Amino acid sequence: MTVPTLVSPGHPDVTLHLPDRRRRALWTVSILLIVLAAVVVAGTLLADVAAKPDLLNRRQAPSLSHPFGTDWLGRDLLARTLVGLRLSLVVGTLAAAVSAVIALLLSIVAASLGRWADTAVGWLVDLFLAVPHLVLLILVAFAFGGGLTGVVVAVAVTHWPSLARLLRAEGRRVMEADYVHLSRNLGKSRWWIGRKHLLRHLLPQFTVGLVLLFPHAILHEAALSFLGFGLPPDSPAVGIILADAMRELSSGAWWLALLPGLALLAVVKAVDVLGDQVRALTDPRSVHE
Amino acid sequence: MDVELLTPTPETTEAPRPPSPSRDVAGFVVRRLLHLLGLLAGVALVGFVLMELSPVDPIDAYVGGDAVRLGEQQREAIAERWGLNDPPAERLAHWASNLVRGDLGTSTIFNAPVTQVMGQRFTASLALLATAWVLSGVIGFALGLVAAANHGRHLDRAIRWTAYTLASAPTFWVGLLLLTVFAVQLGWVPTSGATPIGMDPAQATLFQRLHHLILPALTLSIVGIAPVTLHTRTRALEVLGSEAVLFARAQGDSGWGLIRHRVMRNAAVPALMLQFASISELLGGSVLAEQVFNYPGLGQATVRAGVQGDVPLLLGIALFATVLVFVGNQVGDIAQRMVDPRVPVLGRRGRR
Repeated sequence: MTVPTLVSPGHPDVTLHLPDRRRRALWTVSILLIVLAAVVVAGTLLADVAAKPDLLNRRQAPSLSHPFGTDWLGRDLLARTLVGLRLSLVVGTLAAAVSAVIALLLSIVAASLGRWADTAVGWLVDLFLAVPHLVLLILVAFAFGGGLTGVVVAVAVTHWPSLARLLRAEGRRVMEADYVHLSRNLGKSRWWIGRKHLLRHLLPQFTVGLVLLFPHAILHEAALSFLGFGLPPDSPAVGIILADAMRELSSGAWWLALLPGLALLAVVKAVDVLGDQVRALTDPRSVHE
Repeated sequence: MDVELLTPTPETTEAPRPPSPSRDVAGFVVRRLLHLLGLLAGVALVGFVLMELSPVDPIDAYVGGDAVRLGEQQREAIAERWGLNDPPAERLAHWASNLVRGDLGTSTIFNAPVTQVMGQRFTASLALLATAWVLSGVIGFALGLVAAANHGRHLDRAIRWTAYTLASAPTFWVGLLLLTVFAVQLGWVPTSGATPIGMDPAQATLFQRLHHLILPALTLSIVGIAPVTLHTRTRALEVLGSEAVLFARAQGDSGWGLIRHRVMRNAAVPALMLQFASISELLGGSVLAEQVFNYPGLGQATVRAGVQGDVPLLLGIALFATVLVFVGNQVGDIAQRMVDPRVPVLGRRGRR
C-alpha cells in the first residue's frame, strides 16, 4: 500500500516552488492589512488626544513623549497624524470602491449593450480624462459645497476612467471569444452572458484595479484638504496638518512637515505593495514562480 | 541566424511612408478639431451642471466675511448684475452663446474678463510649466538609461526604488521639504512668489525670476520623473536584449557609445509619448506647486477661484486646461509617429 502524496512523481519540483510565491504574497498582504487596521484603530482611539491643546508645550521637537513633536497649539502631532491617516484610509477605501464599481458597471454596459453603448462609454472616459484630474476634483468638490462630503464625492467619482478603459478593452476581448459566440448561438440572453462570462473574466482585474486606485485616492484626498477644499482648518487631516506646517515653515520647525508626510508616504507605499501582491495572487501564472 | 542578425533595426529602416497629399493633412486636422470641439462641449456642459449643483452662494463667497453687512438691496443688485435671477437653462444658453464668441465672462474675484485673467496668469505659469516639463523629461530619460545600462546592479535598484517612492510621494509635501532645506535652512533661494517681495513684478530682472523659479520647477518636475524613468528603463532593456544590439556588441561597440547609437532613439519613443501625455498631470501638479510656493500663476488662481466661488473663472480654467491637454496628446501622437518610422505619420493606426 503506497502512501498517497500530493506530489506527482514526474514533477517533484512543483510542490517545492508552488507555495513559495503565493505564500509570501499572502503573508505580505496579511501583515500590511494588520498594520493598516492598526492605524485605523489607533486613529479612532486617539481622536481626543489629537484635539487637546497644550499651550505650555507648543512647537516641541520630537521627543519620547511626543515622537512627532507638537504643533503650534501644543497638540501631539503623532496623534493628529494617526487620526488624519485613519480619515485618509476611510476616504480612500470608499472612493476606490465607488470608482471601481463605476468602472466595472460601465465596462459591462459597453461590452454587452452593443456598439452604441461602447462608443458612449468610450466618449465618457475621454471626457473625464480631458480635464486635469486635480481641476476636475476641484470642480466636483465645489459642486458639493466642499467639506468632507465634497472631498469624498470628488475623490469617489473621478477615479474610474483609467480602470474603466482597461476593463472595457478586456471586456471587448472576452466578447469576441468563441465560447461567448457559442453561448449567444445557443440562445443565452445578454444578461446571462454578462453575468456568467463577462463578469467572471473582469473580476480579477477589477480586484487589482480596486487596490491600485487606493493610493491615488489617498493622495488626492490629502491634496484637496491641503488646498483648503476639505475639512475645517482645525480638523486633523494629513493635508491640513501639512498646510499648517507650510504656514510655520519659517519658524524652522522641520518636523511639522517631514514626519506626517513620511507617515502618509509609508501608508501609500504599503497600499501600493498590497496592490502588487494582490495582483500576484490573482494572476494564475504566479503559481509557477 | 545570420540573416536575422543582419536584419536592420527599425531605426535604420526607411519605412515606405505613404504619400501624404495636403488633402490628407486637412482631413486629419479637421477630424482632430471636431473631436476637440466635442470634448469642449462636453466639459462645458458638465462643468455648468456641476456649478449649478453647488450649494455655495456665489454672492456670499464673493463678499466673504462681510456677507452679514450686505443689505438685501445690494444683494439683489449683485444678483441682477451677474444674472443670477434667470432660470438655469437661460443662463446656460447665455453663457454658451458668449462662449462661442470667445467671451468667458467676468471673473468675480479679480473683477476682470476671465480671458484676460487667464492670459496673465498663464504667462506666469508658462515659465514654470515649461522648465518643469523639460527637467522631468531630461532627468527621467537620463535616469532610465543609466538604470538600464546598469541593469541588476545597485545603481539600477536605487534608481528604481527612488522612482517608485517619488511616484507615491505627494507633490506638495516634496515641495515643502525642498522649501525647508533650500529656502529656510540654507537660504539659497527665496521662499515664495515669482519676483522679490515689495518689487514691481515688471521690474524684476531675469536672474531674479529664475532664482524664484528653480525650486517650484524642481518640485513640479518630480511628478513626471518616475513614469519616464521606469518606461525608459523598460524599453532600453528591451532594446539592449535585441539582436541588433547583440550584433553591435559583436562588432565591439560597448558602453556609452552603444547606448547612444543603438538604444537612445528607440528608448525615446515611450518617454516622448509620456511627456506629452503628462500635460494633464503637469497642470494638476502646478496647482499644488504654485500653492506651496505662493507662485502667482494659473494654478494658484484655480485654487482661489474654487475657494472663493468664482464660477466663470473656474469654468474658463477647465476649458483652457482641456485644450492644453488635448494639444499635448495630439503633439505627442504626431511626435511618436515621426520618431518611429513604423507608424504612419497621418491616418489611423492599425488596430491591434
